[in-house]
Formats: sequence, structure tokens, C-alpha cells
Amino acid sequence: MSHFHNRDAFDQLAQWLNQQLVGGEQFSLGYSAEDSQFIRFNHGRVRQVSEARQIEVTLRLISDERHASETLSLTGEVDLDIARLGKALAQLRALLVQLPADPYLQLHHQAFTSERETDGKLPSAAELIEQVVSLSDGLDMVGIYAGGPLYRGFASSWGGRGWHVATSASLDFSLFHANGEAVKITYAASHWDRDALAAQFAQGREQLVHLGKPRKSLSPGRYRTYFAPAALNSLVSMLRGGFSARALNNRSSALQALQLGTASLSAKFSVSESASTGLEPLFNGDGSLRQDQPLIRAGALVGQLVSARSAREYGLQANGVDGSELPSSLVMAAGDLPTAEVLQALGTGLYIGNLWYLNYSDVGLARVTGLTRFASFWVEDGQIVAPIDTMRFDDSLYSLLGDNLLALTRERTLRISTRSYNQRDAQTVLLPGALVEGFTLTL
Amino acid sequence: MFEDTSSLRLLLSRFSQLRLGAGRFHSLRYVQHDTVGLSVTRNVIDPPRRQSSCGVMLCVRVNGNEAFAATSDLTEQGLSRAYDRALQLAQATGELGLLKLPPLLGEAVHTAYASPGAEQPLPDTAYWLDVLRGESARVPRHEKLVNWSAGLRVTDRQQLYIDSTGSEIFTHKRLFYPRLDVTAFDGRQSQRRTWTVARQGSNAVVQDSGFVGQVEQVADQALQLLAAPNTPQGPRDLLLMPDQMILQIHESIGHPLEMDRILGDERNFAGTSFVTPQMFGHYQYGSPLLNVSFDPQVQSELGSYSHDDEGLVANKHLLIEGGVLKRPLGGALSQARTGMDGVANSRACDWNRAPIDRMANLNVEPGDQTLASMISNIEHGILMATNRSWSIDQARNKFQFGCEWGQLIENGQLAGVVKNPNYRGVSSQFWRNLSAVGDHSTFEVLGTPNCGKGEPNQSITVGHASPACVFQQIDVFGGQA
Repeated sequence: MSHFHNRDAFDQLAQWLNQQLVGGEQFSLGYSAEDSQFIRFNHGRVRQVSEARQIEVTLRLISDERHASETLSLTGEVDLDIARLGKALAQLRALLVQLPADPYLQLHHQAFTSERETDGKLPSAAELIEQVVSLSDGLDMVGIYAGGPLYRGFASSWGGRGWHVATSASLDFSLFHANGEAVKITYAASHWDRDALAAQFAQGREQLVHLGKPRKSLSPGRYRTYFAPAALNSLVSMLRGGFSARALNNRSSALQALQLGTASLSAKFSVSESASTGLEPLFNGDGSLRQDQPLIRAGALVGQLVSARSAREYGLQANGVDGSELPSSLVMAAGDLPTAEVLQALGTGLYIGNLWYLNYSDVGLARVTGLTRFASFWVEDGQIVAPIDTMRFDDSLYSLLGDNLLALTRERTLRISTRSYNQRDAQTVLLPGALVEGFTLTL
Repeated sequence: MFEDTSSLRLLLSRFSQLRLGAGRFHSLRYVQHDTVGLSVTRNVIDPPRRQSSCGVMLCVRVNGNEAFAATSDLTEQGLSRAYDRALQLAQATGELGLLKLPPLLGEAVHTAYASPGAEQPLPDTAYWLDVLRGESARVPRHEKLVNWSAGLRVTDRQQLYIDSTGSEIFTHKRLFYPRLDVTAFDGRQSQRRTWTVARQGSNAVVQDSGFVGQVEQVADQALQLLAAPNTPQGPRDLLLMPDQMILQIHESIGHPLEMDRILGDERNFAGTSFVTPQMFGHYQYGSPLLNVSFDPQVQSELGSYSHDDEGLVANKHLLIEGGVLKRPLGGALSQARTGMDGVANSRACDWNRAPIDRMANLNVEPGDQTLASMISNIEHGILMATNRSWSIDQARNKFQFGCEWGQLIENGQLAGVVKNPNYRGVSSQFWRNLSAVGDHSTFEVLGTPNCGKGEPNQSITVGHASPACVFQQIDVFGGQA
């Protein structure tokens, strides 16, 4: 499945659809394909290996103020895929006549062209397996390699056309100490570098030394805490759905209290949606160009993510997000604490490497519960003393990112999603680490 | 194109002749599914969404290595390429595999499974939209009811599994997910009340589930919650209704008993388990009232099937009997790795993912108490219903769950409604506090369409059925704790 083959096939499908329109019909076609290799490891050996070659399109048909969509899988053979699209088109036409006009329909009538293809160089399965098994020698390594090209496309009858190809891979893995403690590492690259991967393994080996120390049991209570970027990402990610204009209007957003002025966030906390950090396409699946959108500036809610439908329903300006109204590339402002000085600034308290299984215990108060996981330590006088037992927390983001936020690190980390439900994800978030007073542990 | 079963069968047979040597095994799993998603929000029809997908997963075992290749290219060339890629991946593993797998032998199975009534034609979209509009319109006009929706998702899923032993297993499922959702808001805070079921069967599932006419109570309860005080903090006897029991079963029994977690495969993502292989046969998981079954034969439950995705026949087994841990959730591969008896639970979410150990139908067996008798025996307690928040540690021990609906129980009687009911505990202790199990009158067949696990990630349907149950002296709290 070469890049050219996919692009050519996509263009032919879009062209064919354009020729089928009758009586004022409009269409859009979102395209998503990948050729992915997945290699699972356990105990430093190959546990399961698989490949997935898949093409999926979403055809949306609009006619006479009515619209519906169908997502279908394709083969990659244009003649066969045109037949499938033809069937989908017929089904959508039959569906539209059963619908009333949609009062909230609003199309992005913006014509645009966006093209970006970035090549990569990835190892073969045999090379990758040899590298990982070799680097895992003497280690209890578990994780997954996921790599290959991702394709995204968009075409519409009103002149929108986007094409995006990015080849990338990640090795998301954990190194376990014999006592059950672990350090988690994600190495991601477009051009695979064995030496860079080896450096990550070496860093992991060093952290395992700390994890071998006797564990410290903590009592429930409030603790001064440093959240490494991965842990802070878990907390900030809880707000992702809260930026939705729909969620804010139907009163299900965790940012409702901020919107109503009954809660506040720290002036140190600013976050925005970026049009692209380079891995995500510059267009969304609904057919608009993504935009930079400030969301929280110095603790104040200054923006929301508005889809075309919400724009019409709530009288807002659409700003380049699709119907999910979720961010794809969040960027959080840095602070002034040098990362090299975080242990010293923490003094005595918790260093949290990762958090796990977060959920709202009270969404109205943005109160979140979850657990510590991976490389979390007790620190005394700026020195790592011991790994901590897994602890449950229950605290409000209005506290952690509000009055109790002491400092953010000067350096930021780009985190690339390793999610792969149905298809590989390319979302990113750029964020610092955070020093917080009074993090509440409950169990 | 190879989109009918006879042509796929012929193709796999040809692969066998061309490439399959002695001591090798291969299988083909073809999956086609079609889904329609409909909803009406505040009396306006949301844009309907259809989804159809079909593809093939090919699996080979060569020289002790197993490899999979999936493709949506169902041409002969596409399938042949996928088969060759699977062979290449197996060979690329070389001597660096964790497992040395023998070829699967055994007797060929020829069978078919279908959801009850799955052969009936589906009504057209207009019919379902009329039903949903009718339910949306039933929501009373009230200034504090700010958002509501009625939705329905219907999935028709067909799968053909064939392998080199000669097995051919055809599975046809039709899954229904009706849902109601109402939000009340008083200018400062909001409360959300939902209702949903998830079952397989015929069109009658929607009517039989109680969906039609339910929304008025959902709306009324949202308003009651808005006016209710927070759940008080402290230990109470906890009466969990079936729509919360299914979450409790799922998170603190189902996942800990998955053998691939116990063996460490999921340590980098979904996590491990506090359960070890040595516990099976004697570990007191819960009180003697606790009986938990893997039961793929409950009609209408989401995870019912005749065989799993590796062709293993599915039968009912008690995993926990009289509170004692008996058997893990482990498919053929896990059974081979451990030498332990398991169940037929090797499942993949779709054609593009390989099977792993999953829950299918995991149920708590009914006891002998009516709901009234359970309430009357509680002096200081709380009833909780409908999950809204869930979190548990990676070893599936320390949990905290929240519900939409709470009602205090004082001196054997239901008292006032409370909002934001939460409780927390530790799995290895919680089930030992089980003090009463509801009878068949309290038993409900429910489930979830979205159980996430695996690398690469998989989200799969899981069935759960349970009576209401009482747990003694559980730490509960509300929104301000």
C-alpha cells in the first residue's frame, strides 16, 4: 500500500462521488487508512505479533437541509470501492428522505487544499524484534511496538481537499523490578534510531535502581507533590471533554463552575488547542481547517471548541473542530521552574511519575479520583528515598490547577498518544511538570 | 471479492494446499458488521450515523510462533498478501518468542449460532426515529430540565471462523443499545440521570427492555437529585442495584480473573491482578453467598455465543463457588500456558485485532432474598443505582465507584434521596462483606459495549447479569468528601 496508491485511489473516489451528485446534493468524504505492525512483548520476548491493513471512509450526504453519514471499510481497489461507495450513497439517499430538515445543519463551505506527506524509516519486524530483545537482556520488559504509515484525507463537493501521510512508530514499554515496581517509557520516532532507543533503556535501568528500594507506605492525607509531565497529562486530559461548546451548554462540562464563576484556576495555568504540532493533519474530519484556539488563559476560560453544528445551535463561531469537539493537540504554557531543580523545589513529598484510571467523582466540582502508577517516589530533602505503595487520590482540578499550583517547569515534554482503539491515534499534548501543594490521597 | 463464506472457505483450503506443511496451523476469521446510530436530543433528530465494516484476520502457527495479519482488502490478492505477511511475521519472531506453541489439532466443529430472532428483518430508520421522538417528547417541560436525549444503536454482526482442522463456526449477533439521558440544572450545579440496557436478540428487545415510557421517571429522578442533599460520609450497609452490580463484577471480579493479566501480558497497559495462579481452588474471594459464573448460554445477554474466536466450545462454568475461587478467565492459549482449566473466552473486538482473554458473560448467580427483605434487614445503609464513575488500581484491588442515584436506608426502610453517592473499598475484602444476594425477582440481564483492554487496544462487548446485593459496612461518601 504505497503512499501514491492511496492518494490516487482517494482522488478517484472523490472524483467519482462528485459525478454522482444530483439535485443540489453535497457530499464530504473523510478518509482514514493505516498499514500497521503491532509487536507485543512480555518478559523481554515476543508475546504476540500482528499486522493490520485497513481503509475506512466516512461519506456524508447533504440534501435539502437533511444529512446523514455512513462509515465503511474499503479494499484499496478502486473499482470495488466505488461499488461500495455507490451502495452507501444509495442507502444514505434512502435515509435522507425519511428525515425532517435539520435546524442545526451548518456546512463548512470553505474550499481549501492542505497536503502534507512526511516519510519515515522504520525497522523491519525482524530488526525490531532483535533490537528490543537485545536491549531487554536481563530486564523484565513488557510493552508494544506499533508502527507504520497513517493516512488521512478529506474531500468535499464544495472544494475542500486535504491529504496527510505520516509514518511513525512507538515502543511503549515498562521495565519491571522483581518487587513488582516498574518504570514506563515511550520512545516514538519517524526515523527509528536504535541508539536513541538504547538510551531510553539505559535511563530505565537507572530508574530501576530507585525502584528496588524498600517501599514506603503512605497514610491518607494531603501531600506536597511534583507531577512529572506524564502524570500532569493524565490530570489535564480530564478537561478535554470540558472544552466542548456542547458540553458547556448542556451543563455536563467539568469547566461549568469556572464558566459560572463559582470556581477558579491558577493564573499559572494556560492551555490552548494548536492547529497542529506536526503529527496530526491540518484539517478535521468534518471538512474545516483546524485553528489555534486559546482555551484557558491565566486561569480564565477564554475559549471553547465549537463544531459547525454547535455554532448554529448556540449562535457561536465554529473554530475548526469536528463534531466530537475534542482537542487534538493541546499545548499548555510552561512555567519557570527548571526541571533539574524539581526535587529540590519539592523538598519533602511525592514525585508522581504516572497516574492511572482517572475518573470524575464529582464532575461539577471537577473532582477526580485515580491512582498512582509507575515510578512514583517518596522524596525527602530533595532526595528520592523510596518508591511508594499504590495510592488512591481524590481531589479537585480546581485545587490542583488552582490555588494549590505552586510552579510549572520551564521545560515541556511532547507526549504522543499511543492509543490504538480501532485505529492508531496521532494526538499530541505539549506540557510541563507541575509542583502542587496538598494533593489528597484517600486510600 | 471474497465476501461470502463459501469463497473464503475455498480460499483457505487453497492456502492449505499451497503453503501449509505438516505441523502447522492456520485460521481465518471473517467479520462483517453493520451499525446504525440514532438519537433525538431535545426533540431534534441528530444526524443519523451508519457504520459498516468487513475484513479478515488470518492467523498462522509456524515453528512454534503464532502471527496474525488483518486486511480489509478482500480480493484474492489482498488475502493472499495478508497470509504471506502472517507467515513472514511468524518467521521474523524466530527463536525470540515467549511461547512455543504446538499446532492446534482436534476435531473439526461445524456449527452456527444466532441471537434469538436475529433472522427477523429490522424496521426502517423512520420507525426507530418515531420511537425516539416519542420518548423525547415525553420529557416534561420544566425550566430546570436543560438537556435530554433518547438514543438507540443497533449492530448486526456476522462472523465466520474456519481453520485448518476443518472447523467452520458461523456466528450471527444482533445487538441493541437503547439509552435515555436527562440533565437537570439549577443555575449552579447539574445532575444527570440515565437509563440504558445492552442486549442481543430481536427487535423486541427495545420494547421488552422497558425503554418506552421510561423517560418520565428518568427526568423526575434528575430533578429529585438536583434538590437532594449530598450523600453523607461514613460506613453503611450498601445495597447495590443490578445496574451498579455489573460494574462491580466487571472491575473487581472479571478483570482480576483474566489469565493474560495474571501472566503479565497486560502489565504495560491494562495492568496486572492481585490474583495469582496459586489462589485457584482454595482462595476465599467472597462470602459463602457469592457464586459467579461464566455463562455464554444466557439468551439475550451480550456475550452469549457457541464458540469463542479460537473455536473453543463455550460452556457455563462457576468461577467462584460458595465464595471460593475456582477457575480463571483463560482461553485455550492461557490454558496451555498454565495447565489450568479455563473457559472459552478468547475474543477479538473486530477483524483487525487478535483474540485475547476477555470476559464474555460474567454473572453473579441469584440468591434467595427479595428486594423488600434486603431493605428491611438494613438498619443503617444506602441504596445505590446506575454507575457514573469507576476507577480501580492496576492490580484490581483499591477501587472507588460512583453512582447516579442514592437513597438512604434507615431502620429497614428507604429514606431520602441523596446525590453524588460514591463508595470505595478493596476488592480482596469487599466481596467478603457480601451479606445478602437478591433472588430472581431482582435479577437483570445487562452489559456494556465498551470494555477496553489489550495492546493494540480493543474495546469489546461484555454481558453481565446480576441480582441486587448487600455489602456490610462499606465506606460511602458524597460530593464534598
